Amino acid sequence: MSVSTTSDRDPDFTLRHYLICLRGIAWREALRFLNQRERFVSALVRPLVWLFIFAAGFRQILGVSIIPPYQTYVLYEVYVTPGLMAMIQLFNGMQSSLSMVYDREMGNMRMLLVSPFPRWFLLVGKLLASTVVSIAQVYAYLVVAWLWGVEAPVWGYLTVLPALALSGMMLGALGMLLSSVIRQLENFAGVMNFVIFPMFFASSALYPLWLVQQSSPVVYAICRLNPFTYAVELIRFALYMEIDWTSLAVVLVMTIVFTTGAIIAYDPARGLIARRGGGG
Amino acid sequence: MSAGAAIELAPGAAPDAASEVAALAVHGVSHAYGSREALRNVSLTVPQSRFTALLGLNGAGKTTLFSLITRLYDTRHGSIEVLGHRVSREPGKALRLLGVVFQARTLDLDISVMDNLLYHAALHGIGRREARQRALAALYEIELADRARDAVRRLSGGQMRRVEIARALLHRPRVLVLDEPTVGLDVASRAAILRHVRSLVAERGVAVLWATHLLDEVAIDDAVVVLHRGQVLASGNVSDVVASSSAADMRSAFVALTGSAPEVSE
Repeated sequence: MSVSTTSDRDPDFTLRHYLICLRGIAWREALRFLNQRERFVSALVRPLVWLFIFAAGFRQILGVSIIPPYQTYVLYEVYVTPGLMAMIQLFNGMQSSLSMVYDREMGNMRMLLVSPFPRWFLLVGKLLASTVVSIAQVYAYLVVAWLWGVEAPVWGYLTVLPALALSGMMLGALGMLLSSVIRQLENFAGVMNFVIFPMFFASSALYPLWLVQQSSPVVYAICRLNPFTYAVELIRFALYMEIDWTSLAVVLVMTIVFTTGAIIAYDPARGLIARRGGGG
Repeated sequence: MSAGAAIELAPGAAPDAASEVAALAVHGVSHAYGSREALRNVSLTVPQSRFTALLGLNGAGKTTLFSLITRLYDTRHGSIEVLGHRVSREPGKALRLLGVVFQARTLDLDISVMDNLLYHAALHGIGRREARQRALAALYEIELADRARDAVRRLSGGQMRRVEIARALLHRPRVLVLDEPTVGLDVASRAAILRHVRSLVAERGVAVLWATHLLDEVAIDDAVVVLHRGQVLASGNVSDVVASSSAADMRSAFVALTGSAPEVSE
């Protein structure tokens, strides 16, 4: 008696199969996120602490002059909001990479990697799923910020969506790339110190770059080289229904670079994973 | 016979075994981690509809071989074919025919048994409705249908293994490879899982490669491959390997081949 099988009779996968796979990856990512309530709460609390406490203190000492896309003086809370939106995505990207390291240690990642779909597609699918989760977090934050009196133009909440998708992809891809070079969960603390904090602070998230330039040309130059700065500015302009073309170009290019790097790193023929020791 | 000398014997499969393509064929595969050689010129064949035991002590290279078969690692030296499809050249076709149970648990502990199965089905392009039907049927078969909504974390080790095997079969593969699937289980669970997998061979014609370091998981009518320190020392029917080693039983044959005593379950 032979096993009933469709596997060897099927032609190559069709678009429908790819969509089924993509939905499955997104569904699992959403389930994991919903099951980890503390992850959602901390994702929301972190920017809100900045908004409620940090911004409240800084509004009195930090003047924000009229700079694009703002057409008038804005409160510091308003200025810092796009930076905090990008911060949510930065942390989500790193959280996602943390979960990939965890999945790899726990073995779950193997099931993804032994799927018959192309490896690049699986990784991009995971990236898209992670981006969707990060966008949901950003909108949850925007609701609370709106209740706090931080408002953007109504249509801005819609026009910012593509910018969030792109910046979420860039930061998720960076996280994925990092996850390929991190051997163990314990090493992940280094990512906090060497990636998240420098990227966040050396950017235009918390203060306009002209202020940074006045106080330190070196830090200003670093901020200009930081792709996170461009993610923040892309979001800032999109929230006010404008496009900052330089930021769009940089974020787009860096998304491609990070994604390609992650795909290469996870490629069994070229990547880093196979060079590590196995078990018995 | 001293360790290192390889015995090549024709596996006694079905009468037309010679003409049919092997379920799994490994040809001259070597793999190294840096300067440490994990596999050296490994060749083995898993016939269709047959239970083949990959017997080797811990550190023999079984997990590395599984990582190569499943394309977690790239095969740089040698080749691996699943029903004629080369893993390195046609990974999609090869992996669709392959069901895998890794030594480490690969279930997501935080989501339900059903969601784990649906996730796997999606990773093989199986639509949700069909996936749910297959998953329910599989859970009934392993007598865990009533646990479908439970988080995997709440299952016992043996139940998790049964779910992993059910999951590996969800896309109806022709070849099932299991890397030490009974590690960490009690004797009863171990026997139940082994019985279940043997029934898959007998009733559904699935080809099985069962990696183990436990001699009592190998039956006299199985095909066996003895892997030791990254090399295949013998392969073929158990009875033939025993006879060729001038040994009284498989245990003695293993000792003669490797110079080490095999383990048996407690």
